[in-house]
Amino acid sequence: MTDRAQHRPQIGGIRSSFAPWEDPAARPLVRFDGVSKAFGDTVAVTGVDLSIYEGEFFALLGPSGCGKTTLMRMLAGFETPDGGRLMLEGRDIQADPPHRRPVHMMFQAYALFPHLSVAQNIAFGLRRQGLPKAQIAARVEEMLALVKLEGLGKRRPDQLSGGQKQRVALARAIAPRPRILLLDEPMAALDKKLREETQFELMTLQQTLGMTFMIVTHDQDEAMVVADRIAVMREGRIAQVGRPAEVYETPVDRYVAGFIGDVNLFEGKVAATNGPILRLQSDDGVFDAEGAAAVGDHVWLAVRPEKIAVYPEAPGGPRNLLAGKILDYGYLGDWTTYLVEIAPGRTIRAARANATRVVDRPLGCGDPVWLSFAPSSAVVLTK
Amino acid sequence: MRAGKSAPAAILPFLWLALFFAFPFILVAKLSLSETALAMPPYAPRLDWSQGLAGLKAFFTALDGETYGRLTKDSLYLAAYLSSLRIAATGTGLLLLIGYPIAYGISRCPPSVRQALVMAVILPFWTSFLIRIYAWIAILKPAGILNAALATLGLPPVDILNTETAVILGLVYAYLPFMVLPLYAMLERQDESLIEAAQDLGATPLKAFWQVTFPLSIPGAAAGALLCFIPMAGEFVIPDLLGGSDTLMLGKVIWTEFFANRDWPAASAVAIVLLATLVVPILLFERQQAKVLS
Repeated sequence: MTDRAQHRPQIGGIRSSFAPWEDPAARPLVRFDGVSKAFGDTVAVTGVDLSIYEGEFFALLGPSGCGKTTLMRMLAGFETPDGGRLMLEGRDIQADPPHRRPVHMMFQAYALFPHLSVAQNIAFGLRRQGLPKAQIAARVEEMLALVKLEGLGKRRPDQLSGGQKQRVALARAIAPRPRILLLDEPMAALDKKLREETQFELMTLQQTLGMTFMIVTHDQDEAMVVADRIAVMREGRIAQVGRPAEVYETPVDRYVAGFIGDVNLFEGKVAATNGPILRLQSDDGVFDAEGAAAVGDHVWLAVRPEKIAVYPEAPGGPRNLLAGKILDYGYLGDWTTYLVEIAPGRTIRAARANATRVVDRPLGCGDPVWLSFAPSSAVVLTK
Repeated sequence: MRAGKSAPAAILPFLWLALFFAFPFILVAKLSLSETALAMPPYAPRLDWSQGLAGLKAFFTALDGETYGRLTKDSLYLAAYLSSLRIAATGTGLLLLIGYPIAYGISRCPPSVRQALVMAVILPFWTSFLIRIYAWIAILKPAGILNAALATLGLPPVDILNTETAVILGLVYAYLPFMVLPLYAMLERQDESLIEAAQDLGATPLKAFWQVTFPLSIPGAAAGALLCFIPMAGEFVIPDLLGGSDTLMLGKVIWTEFFANRDWPAASAVAIVLLATLVVPILLFERQQAKVLS
């Protein structure tokens, strides 16, 4: 990875032993090679290079309009790239129509066929493959069991709940065993609790089947939970690709830092360096941080709220100390987040885990507090 | 409370039905049970209110189904009846064949073009129906536009005015919007992602059409078919203007009985029989709709 990542402790993913992207000999299953696409004057995707490996759970993350859906639809065959190459298992598939690609998609609104039963929906792709009837019936039963919908094969889609429809859509897309399954905002229509359950079920399913999944989502939490790697997209480009923890802990720029989670930014010039530690001169004060930059460079320090310690009294010792008063706070049960004003109009976000049930002196609005962060907790960003 | 509030609104359609359907229907049904008479109006019995209850009793005992018996004796009625159904069925079949591609084509166009094309389908309504049918006479007559065009192409002339072919041509022309519009409405609101899903799962575009688009458009086709078949079976103007003396249709029979023969009971009986027949496809359609909804 980058130089910065090397002098940090190893950052793990969900499956820390699974990392084919680090193996130079590994052949990617899907390869986007300088792919671009415009709709009229609107550039949707520009110069995207991306490799997705066999067995990977890959997330395309970005706000709406960033080009993530276009990228997915190009892989499914519903959009043709204007430039670049699109390879599946080393073969250029751009000339293949959607029905000839071993790539299946789970549509955002599920797109279940309303005139067909659940079983017929699941059998749709199998019938197109020309499998014998008995084999189709067996596979449909197998799929129904896999998504826990046994006995519902005869129902019509409109007789199902939202969560059940989602499972049928999933079963229909995986039944013909695609080389890669595309999931277009698969949990957008589910409520929060069901969404969390479904996320874990998807991960289990993906590992059980050993299938390659590519998910498109605007929900960073979802991407962080399910994916082996995340590609953060911005205005048609890939801003960063990495494991969830890499993207969170070592964002490459302010955009990625701000898109994934909350972040506090301190802007200033590098005043001095001392080994891996640099000293930043900013309007908010002088801070020490670990990072690579030269004296005089214009940089930003990105510090996550949970990495900022909150003290009710002035602590002695810690570096990077800031004094302020609590403007607002939010009690989230597991966490309390504080909005601290350190100068008129300048606020810092800090979060504290509620590790004990009873607190001697709970902090409230208007209380003076002191904030501090370790030099190793800040990320130095140059753009 | 809620039911009480909406009751007046619920009654309105029934009132409308009673006034414009049930009442005329009872009149026609009563007429069909009467007899012709040399009187003004030309039928008997007539209800004599001055006799009170006895008059009412006399009136009802005089009603009988004798006219319907007459219909079975003269083969002309049966022939006209079968011919009407055949012509309406042929017309409906042709309308489906012609209307479906038009409706499908419009629904595949970009939204801005769609509006213009739907407008083009409706546009002929802005000209009087009668004038449009007369225009077909000008086109189809022996020295008409059609034969002039055929002559220019070096083809032999055709003489189809006053034949069943001309009637079917006129019917298809006149009823095309009634087939295209319900079909279009059905196809236009079909979710594009269903077609994509079908193709994604390995269906060729043609297969995706037959497996998804077509089955989902059947209710629209059924609505269009009914909207066309029912009025076509009773059509009078088109067979009268474009058809010949050998084109038998019930609309013409009713007109002849009513105006030429002054046989109001027979005209009414024919109308009732036609209505009874057309109830069958309507019920079938209702059942099919209920199945779609369930």
